[in-house]
Amino acid sequence: MSLPERWRTARARLGAGLREFYAAPYRRTFARAQRDEEDLFMMLVLSEALGVPNPASYYTVELLPVVYDRFHDWHRRMGMERSPLEHISCC
Amino acid sequence: MNSIVLAVVGVAMMILGYLLYSKFVARRIYKLQDSFVTPAHELGDGVDYVPTNKYVLWGHHFTSVAGAAPIVGPAIAVIWGWVPAFLWVTLGTVFFAGVHDLGALWASNRHQGKSIGSLSGKYIGHRGRNLFLVVIFLVLLMVNAAFAVVISNLLVGTPTSVIPTWGAIVVALLIGQAVYRYRWNLAVVSVVGVVALYALILLGDRFPVVLPETVLGLPANAFWIVVLFVYAGIASVLPVWMLLQPRDYINGLQLFIALGILYGAVLISAPTVVAPAFNESVPAGTPSIVPLLFVTIACGAISGFHGIVASGTSSKQLDKETDARFVGYFGAVGEGLLALGAIIATTAGFRTIADWEAVYSAFGQGGVAAFVQGGASVVNSGLGIPPSLSATILATMAVLFAATTMDTGIRLQRFVVQEAGHIMGVTIGKVVATLIVLAVAMGLTFSAGADGSGGMLIWPLFGTSNQLLAGLTLSMIAVILLRKGRPVLPVLVPLVFLLVMSVYALIVQLGQFWAAENWFLLVLDVIILIAAVWVIFESAIAMSQARKNPPELDEEPLPSTAGRDRSL
Repeated sequence: MSLPERWRTARARLGAGLREFYAAPYRRTFARAQRDEEDLFMMLVLSEALGVPNPASYYTVELLPVVYDRFHDWHRRMGMERSPLEHISCC
Repeated sequence: MNSIVLAVVGVAMMILGYLLYSKFVARRIYKLQDSFVTPAHELGDGVDYVPTNKYVLWGHHFTSVAGAAPIVGPAIAVIWGWVPAFLWVTLGTVFFAGVHDLGALWASNRHQGKSIGSLSGKYIGHRGRNLFLVVIFLVLLMVNAAFAVVISNLLVGTPTSVIPTWGAIVVALLIGQAVYRYRWNLAVVSVVGVVALYALILLGDRFPVVLPETVLGLPANAFWIVVLFVYAGIASVLPVWMLLQPRDYINGLQLFIALGILYGAVLISAPTVVAPAFNESVPAGTPSIVPLLFVTIACGAISGFHGIVASGTSSKQLDKETDARFVGYFGAVGEGLLALGAIIATTAGFRTIADWEAVYSAFGQGGVAAFVQGGASVVNSGLGIPPSLSATILATMAVLFAATTMDTGIRLQRFVVQEAGHIMGVTIGKVVATLIVLAVAMGLTFSAGADGSGGMLIWPLFGTSNQLLAGLTLSMIAVILLRKGRPVLPVLVPLVFLLVMSVYALIVQLGQFWAAENWFLLVLDVIILIAAVWVIFESAIAMSQARKNPPELDEEPLPSTAGRDRSL
């Protein structure tokens, strides 16, 4: 390996190490924050179905098929052991 | 006595401990295997479980466990002379802390990266797990109270550190913005951040901020304590990317730089140790060296808090099981080096023994102030940095350690309060939980008067709780080893020693608090004493049962008791 290549590799390694050193201790915190945000988004999308009037439902209804896959995990995280919606019998 | 001898012998003992004893422990006791599939690979999720380069992981681990405590403890304990502190730090690191930290990492790694709390529930029973929560709550509470006093004393005693202390928050806020909002190159941001921090140190040295004797009706240090708690409360509820994360990062970099400065200065100037080897004329009111030495220096010799970090995050990132030796044991060595640096600064940084005795005029009088004063003298003679600037560098370093630990401590305790509320069926919001934590910590700090001296009175109590935590972890490791039919003596000896010293120290302090009619600390002492007796009781039962149970085979993975633990 030539000297410039070695230098580039060393620099890349140092950069990766620094990024890891910066990010890793808080990775879990960010993952949790992202999940909380997604949970809130799920609630907005499903609000009309749950009986909460939502002025944005005209737009969010299109997203329902997209969020169905995540619905089961979501309702369990929200403290509902069984699906709260009759038309979605995920469990 | 030349301090270079102290540094060389101390460093050599710890390095030899790593090269020889840790090898023995890793091969014969924990039997680390390269072929073992670590949780980072088995359960890799890109969040908690991520295989990480062992040097980077060591960096995380070391900077997470190293705070102000390995400076404060030795800086107080040298009042008994430098030999006892030196021996406890070096031998404690080699035979106690290394075995404990490596053991916690190994035990967690062998159990899907579960935390020590979770493992104590499995191996010592549900009472063991509850006990663990009680002790960790007490440790966090005392860290917050004691560190607020440490920082306020430094801000009053070294007014040149005021600007860099508060300026570091601005630097951290800017780093957070640069990294996340503007996506700047981290290496460049790091260099700029460190340069900015040292520019602030220069600025602070030029413009010291001295508060009047009373501010808003409060003594100067009480005012700083209140401001610190308000700041820590705000910092703990801000999004972590904004302040806590860049602050931890810059503090980690600063740790390596400061250690380099301190040891470099010692090597160049080789100052003479003026403090007595054994202080036979300790000031009146100084408690007996046995057992107080062994709880005054907790971090730096052995610390239960390391087990939380080891099993909470580090174990989930081990690329290979054999990396645990470097990350865990050498992480303990890193903290031992910091404690050794504090011992050298506080014993060799004074011109005469009379100067030293003037500082160490009463138990608890030396502390971080002595570290800053003595260390500044060493740095000045070694690197030629003016004494005032050297003192500012060291004071800022100590403040940053204490402050980042305080920020995180308050945030963690907020989670504990919210969790407790959840168990009782009450939803406690972020702000209310933070206010509860701040009120309790401030109550503790001001329990012995408006000067905040309560915060330092509880220092040995903090040490005791920390040692109890270590005892709990060691007893769990001992149970696992007994179940596997492996030698248990290297774990059992530190365990028994720690528990005996902790209980003994608690009884001694009970008498002191009774005599001083400090009912608040007396009650706290009684609570910790009960916890200590409880630890002994539970450990004895668990070990006796472990001997009776059929042995666990190494080849068979242990069954998981619950889902993936995410408690710590």
